[in-house]
Amino acid sequence: MSIGLEDYLILSAILFSIGLYGALAKRNAIVILMCIEIMLNAVNIAMVAFSRYITPSLLTGQVFVIFIMVVAAAEAAVGLAIIIAIYRSRETIEATKIDLMKR
Amino acid sequence: MGLDIAFWVLAVVGIAAALTVVLLRDVFRAALSLVLCFLTVAGLYITLSADFLAAVQVLIYIGGISVLIILAIMLTREVQRGSPSNKLRIPAFIVAIVFLGVVAFALLNTPWQVSALPPLEPTTSALAGKLLGEGGFILSVEIAAALLLAAILGAIVLVREK
Repeated sequence: MSIGLEDYLILSAILFSIGLYGALAKRNAIVILMCIEIMLNAVNIAMVAFSRYITPSLLTGQVFVIFIMVVAAAEAAVGLAIIIAIYRSRETIEATKIDLMKR
Repeated sequence: MGLDIAFWVLAVVGIAAALTVVLLRDVFRAALSLVLCFLTVAGLYITLSADFLAAVQVLIYIGGISVLIILAIMLTREVQRGSPSNKLRIPAFIVAIVFLGVVAFALLNTPWQVSALPPLEPTTSALAGKLLGEGGFILSVEIAAALLLAAILGAIVLVREK
């Protein structure tokens, strides 16, 4: 049996679920950011698979992937800058301990 | 046939690398296996005949974002403490499994209208036409440039010493 659209979509769903579990269950803020990157990559795989199998001559899905990459790069830069700023002032990056707004 | 083997190898390695990122306690090794995960995603783009995106994936994710993440790990001395899970580990696992089940059910029961056309190759000039040509995404390209500038300025302001 040749691989098709469903195989790529299932792979993308599995990667997204792994990233979702990590983003919800981890304490280290950098690991949470890494899991969000995995989720964005999973979405990109689904976009390219749709673009390849449903509209092979239009490439709209690939254009969307380029914009997702731009946003992911901006998010990584700002997110890591925020984490480093928090580490400077509070000496920790554990997401469970960054609870200033709860008190 | 070769494409099938490539897909299965890349899928297995990619899922294993992603699981390693989530399950490993050593943050630095998790970052290195994240690089492997990005690399397999680039390989998957090649099997989907998206050559330009594969190159961009290697340049931006492996060359840029991974280096940024590893630098942040070095700057915050949390490597010894590792990345333990919080109290919500089991609910998070249940949420992820339920999400996967619902999405897989929806995916497998949707009648996709797969086109029989061969994929466009090479994609670079066609993508340039889409992004910059008439009736394309030129406004979004401009907004993306403004977003990147704002992100860079924000990052500089956030990490600057007082």
